Amino acid sequence: MNGRVRLAAFAGLSVAVLGGSTAYALHERADNEARERTPPSVPTAVPSAAASGPFIAFRHTGVDQEYGVVATVPLGDPSGARAFTDVACDRVDATATTRSCLRTGRGVVTSYDAFELDDAWAETGSAPLPGLPSRTRLSDDGTLVATTAFVSGHSYLSHGFSTATEIRRVGGESLGNLEEFALEIDGRKAAPRDRNLWGVTFADDDRTFYVTVSSRGRTYLARGDLETRTIETVAADVECPSLSPDGTRVAFKQADRRGDGRRWTPAVLDLATGERTVLTGEERSVDDQLEWLDDDTVLYGVPRTDAAGVSDVWSLDVAPDAEPAVLIEQAWSPSVVR
Amino acid sequence: MYLSLRDRPGAGPAADPSTDPSTETDAPTGTSAPGADGSATSGRPVGRTVLVLGFVSLLTDISSESVSAILPLYLAVVVGLSPAAYGVVEGLYQGVSALVRIGAGWVSDRTGRPKWVALSGYAASAVSRVLLPLVSGLGAISAVITADRVGKGIRTAPRDAMIAADAEPEHLGRAFGLHRSLDAVGAFLGPVLAFVVLWLIPGGYRSVMVLSLAFAVLGVALLALFVPANAGAVARPAPEPAPRADRVRWREVPTPELLRVTAVAGVLGLLTVGDGFVYLVLLDSGGFAAHWFPVLYVATSASYLLLALPLGRLADRFGRARVLVLGHLALAAAYVCATLLADRSVVAGTLATVLLLGLFYAATDGVLSAVAGQAVSERVRASGIALAQTAVALARLVAAVGFGVLWLVVGPTAALLGVAAALVVVVPPALRVLRPGRAG
Repeated sequence: MNGRVRLAAFAGLSVAVLGGSTAYALHERADNEARERTPPSVPTAVPSAAASGPFIAFRHTGVDQEYGVVATVPLGDPSGARAFTDVACDRVDATATTRSCLRTGRGVVTSYDAFELDDAWAETGSAPLPGLPSRTRLSDDGTLVATTAFVSGHSYLSHGFSTATEIRRVGGESLGNLEEFALEIDGRKAAPRDRNLWGVTFADDDRTFYVTVSSRGRTYLARGDLETRTIETVAADVECPSLSPDGTRVAFKQADRRGDGRRWTPAVLDLATGERTVLTGEERSVDDQLEWLDDDTVLYGVPRTDAAGVSDVWSLDVAPDAEPAVLIEQAWSPSVVR
Repeated sequence: MYLSLRDRPGAGPAADPSTDPSTETDAPTGTSAPGADGSATSGRPVGRTVLVLGFVSLLTDISSESVSAILPLYLAVVVGLSPAAYGVVEGLYQGVSALVRIGAGWVSDRTGRPKWVALSGYAASAVSRVLLPLVSGLGAISAVITADRVGKGIRTAPRDAMIAADAEPEHLGRAFGLHRSLDAVGAFLGPVLAFVVLWLIPGGYRSVMVLSLAFAVLGVALLALFVPANAGAVARPAPEPAPRADRVRWREVPTPELLRVTAVAGVLGLLTVGDGFVYLVLLDSGGFAAHWFPVLYVATSASYLLLALPLGRLADRFGRARVLVLGHLALAAAYVCATLLADRSVVAGTLATVLLLGLFYAATDGVLSAVAGQAVSERVRASGIALAQTAVALARLVAAVGFGVLWLVVGPTAALLGVAAALVVVVPPALRVLRPGRAG
């Protein structure tokens, strides 16, 4: 090939690949615009109808004009018509009086924020997050909020990640990043270099909380105290704890040792006896902080494998062989308000 | 706690490094006839192959950095994965990359075909771009990302060997400076492209990936079409088949001079704190929100991009080994600015820090390849470059872990100032060690 032929070949290839990818982008844009005009494929209700009585709040994940918007269904009829709020959240938690909403904002630089909302879903406060939203939980009385974000460089070329978990008083001051709390692992004071904490759940005394601690490749369930600012581990191999409504058990995800540590199975730990029940009836990997529907049932989101960005909320009895079932379709980040 | 390690900054604003008239040469370098010495046949300081390789890197960096910019968001928002687990894979990559880099350098020297080794590395990354939008499991995504890294590990040393072969020995620094500038332009354009696409098409992650693939393909094509097949190849008395006695042997690689360079670069690498840590210290001093973090990378690259060529030329005149070592004083100064100066004025401290970090990269990244490439026979140039680069990469990995401990024990400010002091102490002996073989 002489120089001219090479140039022509390169020019032709440039036109082909850039033209092709532009065509793809235009196609995706058209799809997007079509989505904006598509009403939800699930039954919807007017908001006021769902406002009274116990309910489940969640992020709607149907590929339609309400994608990412928080919706609610009555607790007594979770597969029934959903009422949409006008708030979009990546993660949401709700109590009777307060809501916490973590959101990714698009702009010149991507921003991540935690919003506090009142019982009418009106914003009452906000705080910036240091990275991608991961978990949020409110205490049952709605006075404390915990957030977990993934902190990373702007690109996957920068190695490593960490979590930043913070507890704040709703409408008030921050109680600090949990990494600043004094940590004891198996009764020994620890300042390990790879300390990470995530996934808070609150007890109902406005002081005690449970959280995942990871250090030197192991994960632990740890109990924290907001007054003494201490955290101590109470069990190993527990991630993303969630305290049961009666306060006696913790539901969590357990890393699957047979695999490469990147599969999780739901499990329940009795705090008094230490008895651990692994819910092997769920055969998929569950990467979520479980939510208690009632004293015998947990909820969690599972992404669909055949549709990007769509997920469903599944329910599972806390019995070893119980089988999971879809509770709310096209949903993510369920939060039960009793 | 936060760990971050980069071979070099990832993005930077555009500038036009090709305005240097000497780079516009169309001298027929590297197109020399088989059997002729493939190195430096140009009468000009910087040959055409360097320029082409620079644009190959530019296109490839547009491709990789555009995807990098959106990948965490894509994983979290679309695929529904938490980045936690995939951070684990990141650590593994470091080891794989080191082995791959040395292996690829060796194969390149042994076969005398750096172009084809480099091409396979670029092609591996391009193939990973085809797969990325199609896979959704964490394992599959990790595999695809690893393929991309392996590709990067494969191509770096043979590419630098071709640059070294194409430049006149006295203009090596300038050639690497030009190449790294073009590389940085691509690293700037990539994220900009990604954010423009996402702005026009909310949720258009797949469009970014398809565009990224397009640029990766163009980079591979540019290399395949416009870099001569024998670029960087070294003349052998009897090319095919090479007699046993003429085979390239590994024992040719670790020359005393290369070992000195590798040791010095490795020790200095142990005192190189990841940029991520430095940025965290700046964030700690207040003044801006965490989501401006990426802008610090961009600003550092801007500085790198503007300084790479001038520093390369300076290295040619002033001594490349000397500039390589003295560049670490800029790093020490950056640490001082990130702590002491930023305490007094966040704006001044931040500007000075990113400027000095860019200066550090400009004085060290391409210059290391130039020095290492000169420290060995041209027959094993890719292996020599790979050895030095790998030593630095591993030393920085160790440094990141060690600095993490230091950070927790004495706090960020004392830790950074301590490392800065250690750098100042180490630089004079490092200069002395490299003096005898200052040919680089």
